[in-house]
Amino acid sequence: MKPGFHDPVLDAQACFRAAMEAMARPGRVQEIVPPEGIPNALDPAAAALLLTLVDADTPFWTDAGEETRGWIAFHCGAPLVPPGDAAFAVVTGALPPLSLFREGTDEAPQDGTTVILQLRHLVPGEGWRLLGPGIETEHRLRVDGLPEGFATSWDARRAAFPRGVDLFLCAGTRFAALPRTVRIEEHG
Amino acid sequence: MSAAVQEAGGYNFAYLDEATKRMIRRAILKGLAIPGHQIPFGAREMPLPYGWGTGGIQVTASVLGPRDRLKVIDQGADDTTNAVSIRRFFQRVAGVKVTTRTAEATVIQTRHRIPERPLTEGQVLVFQVPMPEPLFRLEPRLAETRRLHALGDYSLAQLRLYEDIARQGETGSSYNHPVMVNGRYLMSPSPIPGYDNPKLHRSAAILLFGAGREKKIYAVPPWTEVSSLDFDDHPFRPMLAAAPCAFCGSRDSYKDEIVSDDRGGRVFVCSDTDHCRENQR
Amino acid sequence: MYVAVKGGDAAIEAAHRWLAHERRGDTALPEITAAQLREQMALAVDRVMAEGSCLDRDLAALALKQSRGDAVEAAFLLRAYRNTLPRFMAAEPLDTGAMQARRRISATYKDLPGGQVLGPTFDYTHRLLDFALAAEGAALPAPEEDAEGTGPMPQVTGFLAGEGLMREEVPEEGGAPPDLTREPPSFPASRPLRLQALARGDEGFLLGLGYSTQRGYGNAHPFVAELRVGEVEVLVEPPELGFAISIGEVTVTECQMATQFAGSREEPPQFTRGYGLIPGQNERKAMAMALVDRALMARELGEEATAPAQDEEFVLLHSDNVEATGFVEHLKLPHHVDFQSELEKLRSIRRRWEAERIAARKEAAE
Repeated sequence: MKPGFHDPVLDAQACFRAAMEAMARPGRVQEIVPPEGIPNALDPAAAALLLTLVDADTPFWTDAGEETRGWIAFHCGAPLVPPGDAAFAVVTGALPPLSLFREGTDEAPQDGTTVILQLRHLVPGEGWRLLGPGIETEHRLRVDGLPEGFATSWDARRAAFPRGVDLFLCAGTRFAALPRTVRIEEHG
Repeated sequence: MSAAVQEAGGYNFAYLDEATKRMIRRAILKGLAIPGHQIPFGAREMPLPYGWGTGGIQVTASVLGPRDRLKVIDQGADDTTNAVSIRRFFQRVAGVKVTTRTAEATVIQTRHRIPERPLTEGQVLVFQVPMPEPLFRLEPRLAETRRLHALGDYSLAQLRLYEDIARQGETGSSYNHPVMVNGRYLMSPSPIPGYDNPKLHRSAAILLFGAGREKKIYAVPPWTEVSSLDFDDHPFRPMLAAAPCAFCGSRDSYKDEIVSDDRGGRVFVCSDTDHCRENQR
Repeated sequence: MYVAVKGGDAAIEAAHRWLAHERRGDTALPEITAAQLREQMALAVDRVMAEGSCLDRDLAALALKQSRGDAVEAAFLLRAYRNTLPRFMAAEPLDTGAMQARRRISATYKDLPGGQVLGPTFDYTHRLLDFALAAEGAALPAPEEDAEGTGPMPQVTGFLAGEGLMREEVPEEGGAPPDLTREPPSFPASRPLRLQALARGDEGFLLGLGYSTQRGYGNAHPFVAELRVGEVEVLVEPPELGFAISIGEVTVTECQMATQFAGSREEPPQFTRGYGLIPGQNERKAMAMALVDRALMARELGEEATAPAQDEEFVLLHSDNVEATGFVEHLKLPHHVDFQSELEKLRSIRRRWEAERIAARKEAAE
């Protein structure tokens, strides 16, 4: 199997900085340097996030097939578990209900799953109006490929804060994040 | 082997191994997703003593890359001994570019101050935190404070504040005055003077907090609401020496008070050495 | 005019050069070697090895040399080094029952299978300064070898367990024991985590806590069922082999204390075990550890927990001397920014206090 990152130390650092910016500024679209030799089912951005954040200490779940699971097992050494036990989840097909994932407890909300979700397109500057920590006035993001009613169900789940899941939305080499604090207004 | 490993003289780039960095990076991301909540992390034993910035150092080491320019300050100054020591550590293990200018820095590690110059979008401020638990003087048991944070029950802190005001007419804490983050979590801002507390509010920069000995990481994303704990009829009032800086004449910067003789003579100078230097130009 | 102090860099360099000089001491005397420390300051080396959590006597001796004999500083050097080492696997539990004991005593039985072995101990020495040691090269009397060697030494607590009088130790659920060097401790803590923290805790702190349990702070009536010092094999089982192999041996000190337990609705009256296991030879600490371990079992046993030694957050979060020394000594760092705030605060409160007093006096005079 081919190496993932060209430089495992510095590429992971660069990808983490992009991930940190994404999580700190919800809806801002980030770009990564794509890793090499990734399975067909994975977007480069999703693969880079996996290589950067997932390892033997982070059980994961994915809806992707054998090739992707094997790739994650080889490169990250992470054990495959049911979605309710996963620290990280990689969703390549339709997004299942977020209630499938763990949301942590009020004492340990950090145990909520980080869901890496692959989508068709991320278009900044239009679409959703995002509000909350990390956002000066508003961020705009159009997301193609989420189930109908996602924004409404996301908003309903925010009542559970500090419990919740955090999302990375990936499309090709680009990604953005939706931490559990973000408010989504569909028409604004 | 990564080129970065060889450069750092036998140690991995920025000293920490990659698994440790991943663990810290995950904690930072969760910290940003839950502003003000303390994330436990497996802090490592660093080659510098606990209590001397190991939390900040581990956070900085996990964030830092070859494109960064690092500034390290202690008490606002770049040339205090511990700041010098930490800056040298990163030059040695990460070969990173350093600066004393706030405006040029992309990552700033600090102990006890926030720079006077407003921070910008491209900057990350890393705080060294001795006691991350804002309630520790009121409730030393971690199992209990964890429960209080879960409930959002901060009546202990409010009661203390009320008692201080009733007894002495003002709040008791002049530094490390607790703040509410995004209206949910009570947070220790680290022992910064109260004067710096308002700079936490809607900062353009990412604020990261590392407590090595206590093994906690927490964060405040940019533009987040941060308010000092107070009462409407007794708003938080930071302390500031009235005298101007003896070097640059600034009246609104935070000052160090220097005893200049043994007859009560005192001189006030800016604590932020870069700010003072810029003012003098 | 006031001129700001600069030159932290130069000061640090100069201080480090000076330190190196002081470390060497009088150069007319030969430099001490780490090997000499390892052999002749063996107990200091053992303490550093245990509190440094790195079972290598050569490195511990080097750390002790580098730290000018400061045990806590040496433990810190060793910990920071240990932290950079790769981790391969966890060893199998040590079989201390199979120990080649150099020393083995029981205070609870006059004689027992395997016998009492006094071994190399300070016990029963008269603490008179031996001025002959001040002169070097004195002849050394040969130790008496036991021609038969020691036979098997079954563990004393096993005799009590055979009679059903020693509380059974049930292994913790959930597989591998926690590792406090990788995961932050969480409370309530499991016994493996507590033992781990105590084993590398500060000897002086544990000694004081253990002592306090004897003086009524924790209500313990302990007996030394057994104390043994010797070498045990370290076995690992690589997954690709499927069986355990020996990777060497380590010296350990093990202490098992028996303390009576009144029993509860579910459990009969019986002895409970306080356990101490320390790398190297350190009987004082192994005994103190056993006392504190037993005190910390109060919660599990449903005993009233009122003493400091029974308070696990208090004990575990303050026993680590590398953490403790760092935070105590950090008070040496500049704090003038927070002190300045405190100063302004005090001046403000003081002004208000004085104004109120003057007002009160005025009122009284009117």
